Amino acid sequence: MRPLTAEETKTFFEKLAKYISPENIKLLLDRPDASYCFRLHKDRVFYASEKIMLTANNFARKELVSFGTCFGKFTKTGKFRLYMTALDYLAPYAQFKVWVKPNGEQSFLYGNHVLKSHLGRITDSTSKYQGVIVMSMSDVPLGFGVSAKSTQECRRADPSSIVTFHQADVGEYLRTEETLL
Amino acid sequence: MLNISPRLEPPDLQLVHQRIKDTIAVLGNFKRLRDPERKRKDYLDLLRHDLANYYNYNDYLMQKFTDLFDIKELIEFLEANEVERPVTIRTNTLKSRRRDLAQALINRGVNLDPIGEWSKVGLIVFDSPVPIGATPEYLAGHYMLQGASSMLPVMALAAQPNEKVLDMCSAPGGKTTYIAALMKNTGMIVANDVNKERCKALTANIHRLGVVNTIVCSENGRQFPKIVGGFDRVLLDAPCSGTGVISKDASVKSNKVEKDILRCSHIQKELLLSAIDSVDARSSTGGYIVYCTCSIMVEEDEWVVDYALKRRSVKLVSTGLEFGREGFTKFKERRFHPTLKLTRRYYPHEHNMDGFFVAKFKKLSNLIPAKEGVYCRKAKAIIFTFTLY
Ligand SMILES: C[S@@+](CC[C@H](N)C(=O)[O-])C[C@H]1O[C@@H](n2cnc3c(N)ncnc32)[C@H](O)[C@@H]1O
Repeated sequence: MRPLTAEETKTFFEKLAKYISPENIKLLLDRPDASYCFRLHKDRVFYASEKIMLTANNFARKELVSFGTCFGKFTKTGKFRLYMTALDYLAPYAQFKVWVKPNGEQSFLYGNHVLKSHLGRITDSTSKYQGVIVMSMSDVPLGFGVSAKSTQECRRADPSSIVTFHQADVGEYLRTEETLL
Repeated sequence: MLNISPRLEPPDLQLVHQRIKDTIAVLGNFKRLRDPERKRKDYLDLLRHDLANYYNYNDYLMQKFTDLFDIKELIEFLEANEVERPVTIRTNTLKSRRRDLAQALINRGVNLDPIGEWSKVGLIVFDSPVPIGATPEYLAGHYMLQGASSMLPVMALAAQPNEKVLDMCSAPGGKTTYIAALMKNTGMIVANDVNKERCKALTANIHRLGVVNTIVCSENGRQFPKIVGGFDRVLLDAPCSGTGVISKDASVKSNKVEKDILRCSHIQKELLLSAIDSVDARSSTGGYIVYCTCSIMVEEDEWVVDYALKRRSVKLVSTGLEFGREGFTKFKERRFHPTLKLTRRYYPHEHNMDGFFVAKFKKLSNLIPAKEGVYCRKAKAIIFTFTLY
């Protein structure tokens, strides 16, 4: 495990900034309760308290599987892929959200895009290609994606058109548990 | 009169069943119904043979269960192994409340009830029109599918917020995530499992349930405390023969023979000593070890606990669990420390949960007695030598 390089930090924070504001990213690191950090381990970025990170350091690289929360993984080409495992940190801070109706929950949780006919609500002033958190109508975070239409455009869209491109969803805990971590 | 020979093979199940009933009847009124030529032992042997035949157990296991239970209870136990235990779930209090979760599931048409007086977080699911392991609430981590008996050792461990806890054999994390909930996601849990494949499910469960205070590692449990020690509490949910969960895995009935049980027992003893050595006796809030198995074999339960009592500076304490049968202080030719009555046994036929064993230790000192009562010839006295580890 090691701290992220400046380059990695930049790529990673840029990805996070699609969902939460830079001020909120800062809040993840400047916490009043304890000091927290991001660390790279086997291409994955983990977020943990310093205390947990230091103890995790006692384990050999091969034997250490995970610590704190895994936010995602750097691909071979140096891009950062955000995992649904980061959802609990993104959802509370997210600026833009879409809410899917009960009839659309299953579809999204199987990895499909959100259709207009499934759209319950969307944050006002969401622009096109904005990172959004996908919620159930009862405010349970289900995953995240990218808006395919702005809030304005959504109003006029026909029922079968895509309003949010799927990126990650908690259904992956069943579908890809094996490859996830 | 009951014809006790010839042995019925291959089994004609109806005949075998009838003969089981007849033999039980004879044993129940031996003087009057017996064949004067036959001894009680002949009938018992026949019964055991027929039961093994009828329920598909090997002779060794059937003998072991006969040692544990009288005939009436043995039959109840064997019958309970033929039916599934109720589906139970545990509310993840890091993300939901039992009342809210129950309501959300009821809205999906699930028929459920609180699991019982003893738990504030458990729910029993009677039937469900949706797969209970795939609802949005499940995927969002509001609950864990978890057998009732698997909640008990975590309640016994009673980890406190801000403690440092080791879950030595933790995959797939049913207990780890419950420990984290009781600690309110504070402090630190080291969740270990030697099996890397199983660590994936463990890691997924930890993330799904929103547990953030945990390190997942894949070491042999015996490597503790060499790698990390000084824990406030350790849970050892040991690998075992699975004789308590036959309704889930019927292969146990025919697979497990004496050498399997003894091999488990050996590993369990080693792991338990490691678990004890990983705890700091001077912990201001803890200093506890909980040992549990889903086997009801004395060799894997009381025997292992008794072994540790003799080799480490620990004592048994109450598990704090409201129900369960007392552990054995003697079993056949074996004698165990009298405090083994503080341990608890759970049976499928009695508690309608998987067979289980729970023991809770308090560690008294970080010193390890070098040998159990080393006898010093010259002094003609028993001296205890202590070494620092
Ligand atoms: C009874 S299961 C644990 C179940 C888990 N505590 C739960 O509640 O979800 C026993 C586990 O011990 C692991 N195991 C077996 N031998 C081990 C060893 N020497 N060190 C660590 N883990 C071991 C197995 O891989 C298995 O996952």
